[in-house]
Amino acid sequence: MSATMDVEALAAASRRRRTRERILTHVALILGVCLFALPIWITLIGSTHEVDTIGRGDVPLLPGAEAVHNYATAWFRGGGSRNTFQVPASTMLFNSLMMALLIAVGKIAISFLSAFAVVFFAFPGRMIFFWMIFITLMLPVEVRIIPTFQVMTDLSLIDTMTGLTLPLIASATATLLFRQFFLTIPDEYVEAAKMDGAGPLRFLKDVVLPLSVTNLAALFVILFIYGWNQYLWPLLMVTDRSLETVIVGLTKMIGNGDAQNEWNVIMATAVLALLPPVGVVVFMQRWFIKGLTETEK
Amino acid sequence: MRKKVIFRGALLPYLLLVPQMAVTLVFFFWPAGMAVWQSTLRQDAFGLRTEFVAFENFTDLFRDERYLGAVLNTAFFSAAVAGLALGAALFLAVQADKKIRGAGLYKTLLIWPYAVAPALAAVLWLFLFHPSIGLIGRGFTALGITWDYRVNGGQAMAMVILAAAWKQVSYNFIFFLAGLQSIPTSVLEAAAIDGARPMRRFWTVIFPLLSPTAFFLLVVNLVYAFFDTFGVIHALTQGGPGNATETLIYKVYVDGVQNLNLGSSAAQSVVLMVIVIALTAIQFRFIERRVHY
Repeated sequence: MSATMDVEALAAASRRRRTRERILTHVALILGVCLFALPIWITLIGSTHEVDTIGRGDVPLLPGAEAVHNYATAWFRGGGSRNTFQVPASTMLFNSLMMALLIAVGKIAISFLSAFAVVFFAFPGRMIFFWMIFITLMLPVEVRIIPTFQVMTDLSLIDTMTGLTLPLIASATATLLFRQFFLTIPDEYVEAAKMDGAGPLRFLKDVVLPLSVTNLAALFVILFIYGWNQYLWPLLMVTDRSLETVIVGLTKMIGNGDAQNEWNVIMATAVLALLPPVGVVVFMQRWFIKGLTETEK
Repeated sequence: MRKKVIFRGALLPYLLLVPQMAVTLVFFFWPAGMAVWQSTLRQDAFGLRTEFVAFENFTDLFRDERYLGAVLNTAFFSAAVAGLALGAALFLAVQADKKIRGAGLYKTLLIWPYAVAPALAAVLWLFLFHPSIGLIGRGFTALGITWDYRVNGGQAMAMVILAAAWKQVSYNFIFFLAGLQSIPTSVLEAAAIDGARPMRRFWTVIFPLLSPTAFFLLVVNLVYAFFDTFGVIHALTQGGPGNATETLIYKVYVDGVQNLNLGSSAAQSVVLMVIVIALTAIQFRFIERRVHY
């Protein structure tokens, strides 16, 4: 009799403990989510208010009525009357989009071809080429800023979209990823292709490319974000305002953070700058996680 | 691993490699070589005369108090960013790994900051911490704290650390969660049956199994803090006030682009290259080892 009661009491206590644990888990996660969302929320709300509301420091927590006006100002005129930096957000977003697409597609194309050459051909110097590509991992643009800039000046690529993208499209990580994947393609496929009389380019187009679709998508997501978020390189390469990209443009709008800035328009521009890469991560989540965990960087 | 059946072709493989090699040679090897060469040269103030000074740029660098200050800033900044970003991510990943309702939604809401550019992360935190327009900045003032990260070096450092770490948590979270999910349930059940308490179970069973992931992430986070946070510092503090938030990468930029001190900037680039090579070597040794597991 008393034994059963003990068991029941124990079971009830354990149930209570589990419920308590579950609630604590939810609380921790919700706090985490809020901490991540707080700056975005403030920015989103700020972008719907009048400039004076923010300038006075009355930080609003709920949306205001100026959303259409602020976003239209940001999109068509940019900066706003109180800022010295005035480039329409539409121009900057277009430049960022071009930069991100060209970098992502360029990196994928040249890495795909070089990985194909290294894996499916035997030729003198194969490993030397492979190591030369590999070493570029150790030379990020940040550590060779000035000399690379001088090369760009010599080639007169300053203030061009080519200059903005071309130097960034060599990719050791993408080459390594494709090489790793190509090595898993069974030898029988190559043999079968050869027996059917298909040449290497035919094999590339009809066998390797279709097999690589998921890898291409995953890599594209990662590289698009990489390209969109470039900062130091456009900062150095662009002096022509019509080529300004949105992330660099945004910090130029802020300047030294004067309270008199047209903050509502700046915040609207920040939201616009966030949307494309965040949208890609949220809507292509599966590929994003695959790309991230497989490139390992 | 090597293919047994391979295509023959004398010219085609080279043609396929041309685009990658052209970009690599022109924009990577040539500038890197120039950086090494320039680090041994010194120009006069007007750029009229250049002389060979061997290692003098390097010895000057290590005697320069401002450079040593940047070394200390970088060490402190990187340790703080990596520590914060790893700690927060591990905590959240452990929570999200539990069998609870809405786990998928939490995951989505925790990974999106990965897509935010470092400079943009800095701008978002600026909106919060700005002394006159920011919610938290004004909150501090209301509490009687003198808050202005544009004047106070310690506050500026705290701001750049916070913004840089915030952005990196998502990346670490994804890897920790993947690591947690790959631990076999049988191991966890065995520990539970042995009567180990959750906290004890975490530190004696789960954490050791996660340590390869944690080590890999530590290296990635250090590389991030060293090289990818230029945007955070440039957007928020520009290395100031004084030189309170000037890190090594920021100083290369200042000396090369603003002060036009090419010899010193090149020498600093070479020092940074050595650091990247060391970190990459550590990272790859580790990955190789993990493959053997």
